[in-house]
This record gives sequence, C-alpha cells and structure tokens, in this order.
Amino acid sequence: MRELICIVCPRGCHMRVDGDLNVTGNFCPRGEAYAKAELTHPTRVVTSTVRITGAAYPRCPVKTAAPVPKEKIFDVMDAIGRVTLSAPVRVGQTVIEDVCGTGVAVVAAREMP
Amino acid sequence: MYELIVVGGGPAGLAAACAAWDSGLRHILIVERDRELGGILNQCIHNGFGLTWFKEELTGPEYAHRFIELLARTGVEVRTDTMVLDVTADLRVHMTGPATGYRIERAKSVILAMGCRERTRGAIGIPGTRPAGVYTAGAAQRYVNVEGWLPGRRVVILGSGDIGLIMARRMTLEGAKVLACVEVMPYSGGLTRNIVQCLQDFDIPLYLSHTVTQIRGRDRVEQVVVSRVDEKRAPIPGTEMVFDCDTLLLSVGLIPENELTERAGVEMDPRTKGAVVYENMETSVPGVFTCGNVTHVHDLVDFVSAESQRAGTAAAKYVLHGPAAGESVSLKNGPGVSYTVPQRVRPQNVEKAFNVFFRVNRIFGKSEIVVRARERELCRFKRDRLAPGEMENITVPVKLLEGVTGDVTVEIREV
Amino acid sequence: MTDVVIIGCGVIGAAAAMELSRYDLDITVVERENDVAVGTTKANSAILHAGYDPRPGTLMARLNVRGSALARDYCAALDVPYRQCGSMVLAFSERELATLRELLERGVKNGVPGLTILSGGEARTREPALSDAVLAALWAPTAAIVSPWELCLAFAETAVKNGARLRLNTTVTGLERMEEGWRVHTSAGDIETRYVVNAAGVDSDAVHDMAAPHSFDIKPSRGEYYLLDKAEGTRVNTVVFQCPSERGKGVLVSPTVHGNLIVGPNAESAEKHDLATTARGLDFVRETAKLSVPSVDFSKSIRNFAGVRANTGRDDFLIGVAAPGFVDLAGICSPGLTSAPAIGEYAVELLAGEGLALKKKEHFDFQRRRVRFKELPEAERQALVERDPAYGRVICRCETVTEGEILACLRTPVPPVSVDGVKRRVNAGMGRCQGGFCAPRVVEILARELKISPGDIVKDRAGMNILAEETKGGGSRV
Repeated sequence: MRELICIVCPRGCHMRVDGDLNVTGNFCPRGEAYAKAELTHPTRVVTSTVRITGAAYPRCPVKTAAPVPKEKIFDVMDAIGRVTLSAPVRVGQTVIEDVCGTGVAVVAAREMP
Repeated sequence: MYELIVVGGGPAGLAAACAAWDSGLRHILIVERDRELGGILNQCIHNGFGLTWFKEELTGPEYAHRFIELLARTGVEVRTDTMVLDVTADLRVHMTGPATGYRIERAKSVILAMGCRERTRGAIGIPGTRPAGVYTAGAAQRYVNVEGWLPGRRVVILGSGDIGLIMARRMTLEGAKVLACVEVMPYSGGLTRNIVQCLQDFDIPLYLSHTVTQIRGRDRVEQVVVSRVDEKRAPIPGTEMVFDCDTLLLSVGLIPENELTERAGVEMDPRTKGAVVYENMETSVPGVFTCGNVTHVHDLVDFVSAESQRAGTAAAKYVLHGPAAGESVSLKNGPGVSYTVPQRVRPQNVEKAFNVFFRVNRIFGKSEIVVRARERELCRFKRDRLAPGEMENITVPVKLLEGVTGDVTVEIREV
Repeated sequence: MTDVVIIGCGVIGAAAAMELSRYDLDITVVERENDVAVGTTKANSAILHAGYDPRPGTLMARLNVRGSALARDYCAALDVPYRQCGSMVLAFSERELATLRELLERGVKNGVPGLTILSGGEARTREPALSDAVLAALWAPTAAIVSPWELCLAFAETAVKNGARLRLNTTVTGLERMEEGWRVHTSAGDIETRYVVNAAGVDSDAVHDMAAPHSFDIKPSRGEYYLLDKAEGTRVNTVVFQCPSERGKGVLVSPTVHGNLIVGPNAESAEKHDLATTARGLDFVRETAKLSVPSVDFSKSIRNFAGVRANTGRDDFLIGVAAPGFVDLAGICSPGLTSAPAIGEYAVELLAGEGLALKKKEHFDFQRRRVRFKELPEAERQALVERDPAYGRVICRCETVTEGEILACLRTPVPPVSVDGVKRRVNAGMGRCQGGFCAPRVVEILARELKISPGDIVKDRAGMNILAEETKGGGSRV
C-alpha cells in the first residue's frame, strides 16, 4: 500500500494505491491515471524559459506540450538551454519538436512581439 | 466620462472588464501600471492555471493570454504604463503615465483590481545583518523568469507559500541548490501539490515549525540560522541549524494592496485586509467594486476570474440599472473560520445562490462546514480535509436566507 | 599639491567640505565606500536635538545649539526634508522629574530657546498617545526631524558644485608628515596636501593614530531601530524621548520626515562595523517604547536596522588640532548630526588657526532643488509629465517615485551607483513593500544608464551584488 497526493489539480486528493494498482481516495478519474503512472512511470510537465532576441525581455517562457518522464527533466532543461528564439513569437509556437527523444514538443507560452 | 474604469490589468481586471462589456457597457477603460496586460501571471511561468476555468492546464502567461484575446474582441480601452494615483469617492481617477500624461478621468463606476504585494523581512523582523541576497520570492521570480538572472546559487526559503515552493523548483531547475524550505507553522501555507512536485520531486527538505532566527554575512548572505519554534511560534534555544547559503527567499504571506481603496474612503475588513464587499463585490462606496487579490488573497487564479466576472457584471448592472436594493445580512466567522468574502449579502440582489469564500484557521480532518443564523442551521457541507493554505468555497441557495435578519455564521465542525 | 584632504564623507566630512568650499581652496574628500552618507549618517534617529543634553561649557553644547540653528537654514536653502516638530523628554517618577529640571537648567545655560516643563496632562493634551504613567515632560520646541542622508548629500553636492573633488572607493592606508603638509596614502594612490581633516567616523581613532600619538579609542555603541509604516506615522507628532542615562538618550518614538514612525535605539557596545540586529535588542526596543507610547502597532513594521555611534567614553566631541596641519573631527556621537553644520564651520576656524589662508569665493553656489513628484500639485504634475514623459512613469509604487526623478538623481554632482544609493536620493524602495516591486526596475534603469551589466549592480556597498548569474548561460539582450 502506498499513499500519495494527487498533483493533477489544486484539489490535492490524498490517495492510496495497493499492490495491484487499485486506487482509492481520488475524486476524479484523472487522479487514478496519475496514481498508476506515478507508481509505474512518473512524468512531469517542464516549464522554463529560453533566450530570445529582439523582444521586450531577454527570456521567453516555454513548456513541454505534454508531461515528460520525470528522470528526463534535467535533460529537457539542457536542451531548452541551447535554444535562442527571435521575436516575434506566438503562444503555442513550437520551440523544439521532439525534446530528448520523448516525442513531446516544447512550445512557447507567451506572445513576444 | 467612462461608464467603468478598471484599475489593474491583471487577471482580476481583465475578467472584470470582459464581463462588464458582455453585460452591455461600452465605455470601459483599463489602467495598467506595467508595460503590458496580464499582471503577475506574466512572471508565473509554471503550469497549473485554468483547470477550473478553461478545463485545461495552462501556464500563467497562457492564462493571461486567453483573457487578453477575449478583451481584444471587445472595445475596451487600455492604457498601459499608467499608474493610478488616486480614486476619489466621487469617482475621479487620477492617473499618470509617459504616454498618458497626468490625467483625471471621471467614471460612473470603478473596479479596483490592484492585486497584492509580498510581506517583507521588515514585516516579520528577522534579526541579523542586512546584506544583499534577501529577496521576496516574487522579486526573485521576476529576476529569473522575466529578466533571465539567477539571484543566487545556494538558497534557503522561508515560508511555504506557493510562490516560495514554485521558486524552490524553478531555481533548482536553473542550477541553484535549494537547501531547505522553512515554515514557522506546523503545516504548509501552500497547495499540497506544490509540496509534492516542487519540494519532494527534488528532495528539498521542508522544516515545519521552524523559522529563520538570524541572517549572517556583511555584503552578501553567508549563512542563515534556522531554529525550531514552540506552540507560540517562539524559537527554542538549542535547536539552531546553520545553513551556508548566499540567498534567502521570503514567501511569508501576501497583503492586498489597498492604499487606493482606503483613500477612496471604502470600509475595510481587518481580517482580509481588503474591502468589505457585498455579494456582488460592491464596496461601501456606491459604484466602487473590488475583486481578486486586492479583496482577499486567493490561491487559484480561476477563482479570481470567477469573482472578477461577478464584479464586472455587477458594475454594468449598477451603471445601467442603478444601485442594488435591499437590506443586507452580515456573514461572520464562526469557530474554525478566519474570514469570509463576501462579508455582506443582500438576498434581494441574489438570483438563486451566492458563493462564500473563506479560509479555515487550522488543519481539519473530516469535517462539516455549517452555515447558521443564530441557532437555526441553514445548510451544511462535508469536506474530507480543510487547510488554511487552501481557500474554501461554498454555494448557498438564497432561499435559505428567507426570514433571516442579523448575522449569518460560517463555522467548522470536525466529525 | 592640494590644500585640504578630508577623510570620510559622512555628514561631518561633507559639512567640513561644504564650509571649506566657500573659499578659494583645492579640496579633496576621500571616502572608502562607493557613496556618501553610508556610515553612522544613514543609520541614526534622524533627530536635530534642541541642545539641553550636553554639559554646559562643552564644545558639544556650543556646537549642538549653533548646529541646530544652522541646520534649519541649510535645510531650507538646500531643499532637505526638515520639520521642526519639537521634542518631549518624559518623566515617569519624581526622580526623573528631577532629571527634567536638571535638563531644563542645562538647556537654559546652553542657550536653548523655549524650554518648559509640562505636566503629564499637558503633555498628553499635546500628544494624546502618551502613556497615562507619564508624570511630566520637558518640552523643547526647537527640536526637529530631518532626512540625515539627504542633509549629507546636500552638503556633499554643494561642496562638489563649488569645486571640491570627491574620490569614492578610496581607503586611506597611511599618513606621512612631509616638510610642508602631508602625504596621504590611499588604496588609489598618494595625495599630497597641506592640511588633513579626520572625519572618519567610527574609524577616526585609527586615522588619528596615523598622524599623532594614540590618545583615544572609539568604543562603538550599536543602536537598533524599528521603522513603521506610514499608517503609524502620526502615532506621535513630536519626538518622544525617555530620560537619558549614562548609556545614551534612551528609546525614542518619533515621526520621520518621510512620514513613517521611527522607534529606537537600544545601546549595546559592539564591534565597529557590526550592524546586525538581534532578537533581544529588538524586543528591548519594543518593550521600552511601549512605556512611552503603549499604542505603537509593531505589526506595521517595515524595516529593522542598526547603526553604530562613535562613542569615546568622554562627554564631549574630540575636535582639535592633533598634529601640525591635522585636525580631528572625532568622537562624533549624538548630537553629531545636529552639530554637523557647526562642526564644519569650526573645522574651518581650526584650519585657519593652523595657517590656512581663507579667501571667500566670489560665487558660492548655495542652491539645491529636486523634483518630488508626489508633493507637486496637479497642474505642476501635468506640466512636468508633458515636458518630460519620464516623470509620468511611476517606478516605486509605495512612495510614488517616478523614472524622471531617478534619471535626475543620476545627473546630480554626487550620482548614485547602487539601488540603495537611488533610495537615499529619491526614496524609491523606502515604502511598505521595501523595494519588492521597484528594485528590479531600479536595477534595470541603473544598468541602462551606467552602461553596465545588471550583474554588476549592487544593493549598496561594493560587493553587494544583487544578481549572481544569467540563466541559460547568458546571452541575448533585449
């Protein structure tokens, strides 16, 4: 039996997962999915910034378009650290197509005209 | 003459202006002191915003962008880089900006949405030297996320408010070493999910019932001393731990920024440090409304948007149909509750039900939220867990207030 | 060869420089730090004392009363925030009432105008927040409050405008007697000069020893303070003292010219540059202040700080000629800020006695004005923003300080190089959020105007860098 707190939404459900991956204490199905993933293959969305030239500020916020394996967070940060954008940048614009072989894109999270 | 002037173009002001437009106002002005709309969301680059409002998980800038796009479809006028210096009780708004100049605009209604500021070292009185390297978490967030500068490399965080937790992860990702997060209360002030994904994910220890008792270092922070505290939050001698660090981040609370509100003569609530508001976010000064963190500090921007929408709709109703009518009942804290918003409800002005936001004053396990008028119970709501760090929200059908005069109390009963 | 080298640019060195700059002289002021007014000058009670404390007949008594009158005129001429709000010394017992009578007598001998003893009731009528336990109070109408760092800045700027050289970041390492005059060894090379003035504050004993036989030690006394939000700024309207003791003038509660309430200090012996506050010291200040004014709301605290006073254990300043052509302005403890203008004058007198030839300048520029946007009436604000849009951009929300004011202070004769330097000149960051919002903007403005990297911007002294390194390994400017 393992106890964990759901991080899918701010509600923060306190959940229990048994050896057969049966989940209790979750308010919604997303919690169950999170609990199973967390025990088998935990993932996280990475948010950070990349260098940008020609904008009002020197950094543009970005995020992974989907969660990436938790153990790859720092590899993803390294990859993000190698990118330089130039303005203008639109929200949702792809910054890296497939970051670190995860199949997940890194996208811009702010309009930088 | 504007129908509505909204002071502040952060999430509260944006939602309020959009709602007022949708409710029929056509002469609306948003005044924003920063160079762009979006307010503090622009530096909150982490995700977790919008799950309630947009049913998807967005970063702060994305959440702001959604509202900025909605606003762009309206005819709302926006003046950025413009600071409001004064709002008078007769609704004259003094403002100044490089492009705006110094101007006084008149309005039929005003929505105050200035947000909040962070408590500082001086407010909590940490003894020691005064070197560089002590920052509020929000200032550090701006340096890292907007300016692209890391303020330090070895970090201790005092306070487990959400911004502090978020910055623990953020600075770790950018290569700093976060040594500890220290919280004076026996429970965290932030959302549980942030404890998990910002501290536990990176093995950052959280010291509950501890505080920083000394800052050392002449030019730059060199060490901070952390001590355990007793039930009265007094440091216990002999429990000192010394951390070698160059940075101390403070995440020790947010205070609504109500200087304009007070100058306008609005009645204030010492519990929220915001205005006393009615069910529609109207203040004691006719035509003046407040919403968002200037009214009470929220944990989730989604609730700011909902509250601000109510304020925008109400301001439109005020301008187009005149003042709201009816006697009001007062909402009071019962045991376990530290404040309620709204503080007053006019049943005549509520269609079906009204929302009550509140915070509890300690951690509760399985409990019931009981709303009552003197001895008469009006309704009760079940919760598995209640914590001061997480704002609660209940919806009370207005018909329950029939025949009620005087005060209505919200209280917590552990079961 | 220069005529006079002044060592130290706190309010004493600056006052001496300004008084000397009235004459045709070649003056160099050397200051160890990157700005003026950064030692004892910036961390004290910000009071101009009436002059009833010093023992009659002392230099201190004379310079205090003279300085108090001069400061009033100088503040008016040089646009330094000043308010003559008067002061009260409270007595809580018959024994303390006797002390008040003694102070009154001293004050009369020292030539302090308008002193009277009020009954407890009279004192409370004047100052309703006073404790019911107050038995009587000595009322001194000529006491005033001032911005101490702006007073020093005004003196230093006036000196520089009138030809004095200010060499910052310059530490004096030794003094060498030459056939005529002195060779001043500094971290930035030697300076040859006819005369030397020692205004080195808590280090004035060390500088004295470079030129003359050891004759005194500075035994610094550290005082800790609370600064409270403007919401508490009118808790009292006059300076409220308790009865003085051997340890100093005691804990006071006073308004400040910036609209806040200042409470403190305690008095603890400390190392020369130990400016740390302590839990014990702050507790003492709180508890003691509540005896005078029980209603002070310390939850409205916005800042704690500590300052060191250059005590010597004697009851007078140590001012005089210590070696040929070498003048000490040392041991300047309280009331040093008040006495500063008179000490400056007296320094000139002493140098003249040593043979310094004094010829008044034909044109002595004795004017200073700065824009305080917040205090301007609407019409002037309008005109100002129209003329220069930078005055329309508010950088510090709490104190309503505009970018125009910050840019203007960067063009003054003694421009700031740090965030706190900007704060001392225009009040940005002095308010309730303590720079939480405006510090990043001030860093940005300083970096842009000084044409240096944000990473090189310091909070105050050299070495107090605010930012450690750029994220993403740097690169990419706006």
